Amino acid sequence: MTAAPGTPLLRLRDVRKTYNAGTAVATEVLHGIDLEVAEGEFVALIGPSGSGKSTLLNIIGLLEPMSSGEYLLQGQSVAQLSDAELTQRRGRLLGFVFQFHHLLPAFSALENVLMPQLIERGRLSAGDRAHGQALLAKVGLAAAVHKKPSELSGGMQQRVAIARSLSFGCPLVLADEPTGNLDTQTADEVFALMRRFNADDGVAFVVVTHDPRLAARCDRVIELVDGRIAGGPTPAPGAPP
Amino acid sequence: MGFAVTVALRFLREGRFQSLLILVGVAAGVAVVTYISALIEGLQGNTIRRTLGTQAHLTVKAPDEASRPSLDAAGAVVLRERQPRAQRPRAVDQWQAVERELARTPGVTAVTAIVTGSALAVRGEAARSIALFGIELEGFDRIVSLRERMVAGQARVDPGEVLIGTQLAADLGVGVGERIVLRIGPAASDTVKVSGLFDLGVRDLNRRTVYASRTAAQNLFGLPGGATHVYATVDDLFAAERIAAAVRQRSGLELESWMESNAQLLSALNAQSISTGLIRGFTAAVVMLGIASVLVVSVVQKRKEIGILRAMGATRSQMTQVFLVQGAVVGLAGSMVGVALARLLLWGFSNFVRGSDGQPLFVVGMTLELALTVPLAATLAGVLAAVAPARRAASLDPAQAIRT
Repeated sequence: MTAAPGTPLLRLRDVRKTYNAGTAVATEVLHGIDLEVAEGEFVALIGPSGSGKSTLLNIIGLLEPMSSGEYLLQGQSVAQLSDAELTQRRGRLLGFVFQFHHLLPAFSALENVLMPQLIERGRLSAGDRAHGQALLAKVGLAAAVHKKPSELSGGMQQRVAIARSLSFGCPLVLADEPTGNLDTQTADEVFALMRRFNADDGVAFVVVTHDPRLAARCDRVIELVDGRIAGGPTPAPGAPP
Repeated sequence: MGFAVTVALRFLREGRFQSLLILVGVAAGVAVVTYISALIEGLQGNTIRRTLGTQAHLTVKAPDEASRPSLDAAGAVVLRERQPRAQRPRAVDQWQAVERELARTPGVTAVTAIVTGSALAVRGEAARSIALFGIELEGFDRIVSLRERMVAGQARVDPGEVLIGTQLAADLGVGVGERIVLRIGPAASDTVKVSGLFDLGVRDLNRRTVYASRTAAQNLFGLPGGATHVYATVDDLFAAERIAAAVRQRSGLELESWMESNAQLLSALNAQSISTGLIRGFTAAVVMLGIASVLVVSVVQKRKEIGILRAMGATRSQMTQVFLVQGAVVGLAGSMVGVALARLLLWGFSNFVRGSDGQPLFVVGMTLELALTVPLAATLAGVLAAVAPARRAASLDPAQAIRT
């Protein structure tokens, strides 16, 4: 499922989203978004509350359908795909990190990390387990492999979530306020971890954040204001050309 | 499927108290259904055994005597009085041929011809009205298993010997080896020796039944070489009427099945079966509603987790399976506990519930069939109950589920 070289990882053209379409209370929250993200890019998505960041992220994450426009993921339009096909692409191409960790409380850290494999294959091989343990070691949680989420701190949980988003080898990770409820130091650590995976494995990230400090450390910052991209694509200072 | 089973079991284990509650609910429901089923099965089996133990399943008897008008001129007005005739013992026409005809009927297991009628058993001042059966012991034993029911003496009906019920023996004050007089009508009588006592399990039968040799009865009733009834048993009790109908159609024989002569018993058994069915049905419905409501709550509680799983690539059908499997597991596990509980109840019933005579009322056991079908049905019911919650889980919108 790799696209031809030069194709952006994802491309949005005039994407609109209307809630309660066709009723008296219909509200358009995205007014024609044009957006491209290249392979291996690290993009920050910023904007005030209610600007449509989460909705945009959900559309990119195939969790919500757009109302109109065009969305190409690896060069392929997703508009006509069935729920099963969307689900399959979510599993194989997209990793998610949410603000409130969203780990499965009934499963250990390792099982959480390997959940995408379990979903895809129905069982976990010894190789899967080794892979998961290596990933957890890489995020600094080698000792917490068999701990349940409730036994882990917020920062640790978020690191498990990052490991999980990467365990299936997806080319794109979508993070919604990944450091939103972490203290500054932990937030920095978690952010650094994402940048490391970006540098080491070439995984692209789209990170929704409120924190201008963190946004400044992304390749590119996209600001969303009232459902529109403000001032077009802005290269972040010091980003590679 | 591996994913669904793994996640389902984890979800159940996570919701400890909830899972325990519903498990207990299923177990209780299954125990009731199983216990009632086994009890009614045992009760009905017992009733049928008691009723049919001393009865043939099919009976051919001599036709009743009817008065026939001697004159029947067409078109003429005839004034006459018709009186029913007194019925005396009569022989079945060519009973040997009837025996052969029944014996070759598929489904018939044993056939024997008997001579029977009313008589008095007299000893000294005591006289009791009895039903005298002239039997051929070998053939009759296959129908009534008389040998198993002997309590004293020997199962022997040589000429001049009779077997009598325990109650009659008590009434007349006789024991094995002593003599009584059989009297039929004003003229015929015979002195016979009691060769054994039997217990047919029903007091009234024990008071009224006397078995003699067929020849002796033929002589007493004045039917030399004749037989008043031909008895037959069949392999499938409830096929008796069908077999009787087949014989009637083929040979024109007039025969009666136990199902006709015990129509009341049959309808009582039917009513019982229907009531049991209702109890089973309602209990199953309540159990299923219980499973469904717990799973519906679980879907609501696990919204977020369902959303995450969907975001990570779990399909709608996988989410459906997760909840169907939970229903199946609850049904299976609960029913296994329930069947064990029912066994305990049945054991208690068999051992502690006793009749007025201190004997167990009847023995009930759980058939293997019941012990296997109940968990199977409960598992199926669990899956069925999980259908609606599973559909809710599958239709959750992942974006919304995660947001909340």
